[in-house]
Amino acid sequence: MLAYLARRLALAVLTIWAITVLSFVIIKLPPGDYITSYIAQMSASGGFVSEAEVQALRREYGLDQPGYVQYLRWMTMVLHGRFGVALEWKRPVSEVIGDRLWLTMVVSVAAIVVTWALAMPIGIYSAVRQYSTGDYVATFVGFIGLAVPSFMLALILLYLGFKYFNASIGGLFSDRYAEAPWTLAKVWDLARHLPLPTLILGFAGTAQLVRIMRANLLDELGKPYVVTARARGLSEWRVILKYPVRVALNPFASTIGYLLPYIVSGSIIVSLVLGLPTVGPLLLRALIAQDMFLAGTIVLLLGVLTVVGTFLSDLLLLWIDPRIRLEGKQ
Amino acid sequence: MPTDGRPILEVRELRTYFFPEEGTVKAVDGASFEVFPGRTLGIVGESGCGKSVTAKSILRIVERPGRIVGGAIHLRREGGTDPAATIDLATLDPAGLEIRHIRGGDIALVFQEPMTSFSPVHSIGNQMVEMIRVHTRLDKAAARERAVEMLRLVGIPRPDRRIDEYAFQLSGGLRQRAMIALALSCHPRILIADEPTTALDVTTQAQILDLLRHLQAQERMAVVLITHNLGVVAEMCDEVVVMYLGRVVERGPVDAIFHAPKHPYTRALLRSIPSIRASVRTKLPTIAGSIPHPYNRPPGCPFHPRCPDVIRGVCDRSEPGPRPVGPGQTASCFLYEESP
Repeated sequence: MLAYLARRLALAVLTIWAITVLSFVIIKLPPGDYITSYIAQMSASGGFVSEAEVQALRREYGLDQPGYVQYLRWMTMVLHGRFGVALEWKRPVSEVIGDRLWLTMVVSVAAIVVTWALAMPIGIYSAVRQYSTGDYVATFVGFIGLAVPSFMLALILLYLGFKYFNASIGGLFSDRYAEAPWTLAKVWDLARHLPLPTLILGFAGTAQLVRIMRANLLDELGKPYVVTARARGLSEWRVILKYPVRVALNPFASTIGYLLPYIVSGSIIVSLVLGLPTVGPLLLRALIAQDMFLAGTIVLLLGVLTVVGTFLSDLLLLWIDPRIRLEGKQ
Repeated sequence: MPTDGRPILEVRELRTYFFPEEGTVKAVDGASFEVFPGRTLGIVGESGCGKSVTAKSILRIVERPGRIVGGAIHLRREGGTDPAATIDLATLDPAGLEIRHIRGGDIALVFQEPMTSFSPVHSIGNQMVEMIRVHTRLDKAAARERAVEMLRLVGIPRPDRRIDEYAFQLSGGLRQRAMIALALSCHPRILIADEPTTALDVTTQAQILDLLRHLQAQERMAVVLITHNLGVVAEMCDEVVVMYLGRVVERGPVDAIFHAPKHPYTRALLRSIPSIRASVRTKLPTIAGSIPHPYNRPPGCPFHPRCPDVIRGVCDRSEPGPRPVGPGQTASCFLYEESP
């Protein structure tokens, strides 16, 4: 067991290294660099950047060096816990991300909680009462949820909110709280803005989860161990929840690996449409501006979280599934 | 015959149909038999003849879209001397408290595949303790003690350690022993064993059958043994019910069934057992044709298209009812019509 964990850990480190190389290459891939997009931005707004200034900027950020030197300098910084300066914001990357991280996590966790709280009971019901009216309704709504892109749903709701309630329902705060310091009133304002993005973000996930749970559970319901459990005189809900539902939940443990990066990035497009101050749109902007420090840090963070999440879900599977835990031990 | 001559379980004209979208499947279509205390009833027939559905019907655990559409299942109440003190299981609410007390408490079930009959993610002890606590007032520690005792009773070595293992950690034979221990842990009056040895190798089969016989004598249970293995029937059973396409075609004492089979189907079944006395390189006789598709039941006697003794114009017109053909033996066949 310990040898297994050690091997997994070594592989995880290797994977993260590969992620740093890949993310660096991908960010460097488009022609030009931050300075060219900076110049373009300045001239678009009627400004002017002198050649000397350009050279100075390039030197300052090390952009005049060859690629591998830039990579090594970046890695050295990262390994020392520094992530550089977000070029566009002229502030340390950790601060820029940190500002948005908490709000992103609040929105994402709310969406995940809503998704699971809705999807599990509906999925179980749909499977246990297969082909009932309720199952058909859940299936119908579920397919709509799967088919409609979340940003479309967001746009429609924004439009409806604007047209019929004359209210802008985007964002996470009302205008007067957006820049205000944290107070109870601001928290309450956040709580009032939270349901809409939570529902939009959770809808597609819920639909998907319902389908998966229904399919997993249908696979299990006819198994002999369910019939024997029933034949032992247990009540029906106990039979269902203790045995097939428990087995049907196992595959979900492996989805934790994807949940973790989702929690810190959130959904990029929906956040953009709804104007949510989360990490997702930040990444998009950084990529457009070719801000390699900010984009690199976010991509690296997501990569590391994916690896950590996968590692955690493997541990979780070991813990909950004796078939995996005791494999090879008779 | 039985000690007081009264059956502990009496199945009358049981009909269990399935209603999928494609039509009706008459899985059990008028099955009648009795189960006597301390004795073993064998239910035999080919795959798909309704043996297992009969067992599930008795426990009221037939899955949708199946349901009992007719007949009665009378279970004698415990310690009842009054012959009228029976309960009709067919009329109970399948989710109700009454039938749940009977499941596992009065009537227990052992399945063919012990591997898949245990939960893959719960230990054997977990499932045993759960069942004991559902049917008794024992606390956790006492229930565990009884579970260990039951595992020892069925011959599992080091039961105090095996109890915390999972089904996939045991060998096939031990697994089926554990399944039997689980089924018997609340001392049921009737044990229904649905193909209990089919998935096991021959040596283990013999051991499990010995164990069942031994436990039956010790617990004074009635056993309903469902199988397609006529060798097992000959070895284990007192009475035999032969089923074909959901109907009981012949029933009687085991000796009569084996030595004086009356129904053409029973005869054909017995002919298809390989015999050690047969000359070498002879082809084993088989039953002509195959089992009809469940949506395409033949009219009249369900066996007539495959029957060597078919009476044209009779067997394909109407269905024969059970007729007495010997002491305690009946056959549903027009060959034994008294006034043809």
